[in-house]
Amino acid sequence: MADVNRGNRPLSPHLQVYRLPIPAVTSILTRITGHAMSAGILLLVWWLVAAVSSPEAFATADWVLRSWLGFLIMVGSTWALWFHALSGVRHLFYDNGMGLEIEDAKRGSWAIIIGSVALTVLSLIIFFIG
Amino acid sequence: MRYITPRKAAQGMGSARAGTAHHWNITMSSYALIVLTPLFLIAVGGAIGLPQDQVVAHFGRPFPGIITALFIVVGMIHFIKGSQGGAIADYVHGTAQQLTMVAIAIFGWGVIAAAIFALAKMAFTLPAI
Repeated sequence: MADVNRGNRPLSPHLQVYRLPIPAVTSILTRITGHAMSAGILLLVWWLVAAVSSPEAFATADWVLRSWLGFLIMVGSTWALWFHALSGVRHLFYDNGMGLEIEDAKRGSWAIIIGSVALTVLSLIIFFIG
Repeated sequence: MRYITPRKAAQGMGSARAGTAHHWNITMSSYALIVLTPLFLIAVGGAIGLPQDQVVAHFGRPFPGIITALFIVVGMIHFIKGSQGGAIADYVHGTAQQLTMVAIAIFGWGVIAAAIFALAKMAFTLPAI
């Protein structure tokens, strides 16, 4: 009778009052960024297909890509890409048993947050200068 | 009510089924994507803002064309496998899970097909000289 009282027990700590530790934030952000990049790749591939379709189709796609919304999606996707990449690199270390101590995991979390923002800024600088 | 212990319900459902192959797939494609990511950003960044004929000419060149095709193919397969075996397997269940996995596959392979079509057409476009 192991199922007795299942689902009727007090929940503690409750999800709504529980402050996520920073490694938990970066963990869920890895999944969120992985899925959120769908918006960026969809916009980019639409733009590529439009470029080989017609001048009107390209004008529409190019206008959207270079609008403030398109800029937001592209910058957001660039950050998501860098964050997901750095988090993925950290998982490769995790797989080899490295960086798993709590203090190391916290430091690593801040490293990928700061690193992803820095690489996004660097990408934008290269894009606008180059 | 099922008279079955949680242990009995979980037995034989361990990580040693398709999990090892899934982990290996994601790991190997991630190594490729580490290399491809900066190259992809350079290839695409160099084209945004150009007029249409120059966009076509840009991706018609070997480096931008091959890098963009590689990144989208490897990246979308990484996405399909990662999403189906990760978030979808964890958060969606039953019929909804199967339908979501089908939707993810259609989206992923659709993006790959569209990108390859566009890049191939650009590669086979003769420059107007």
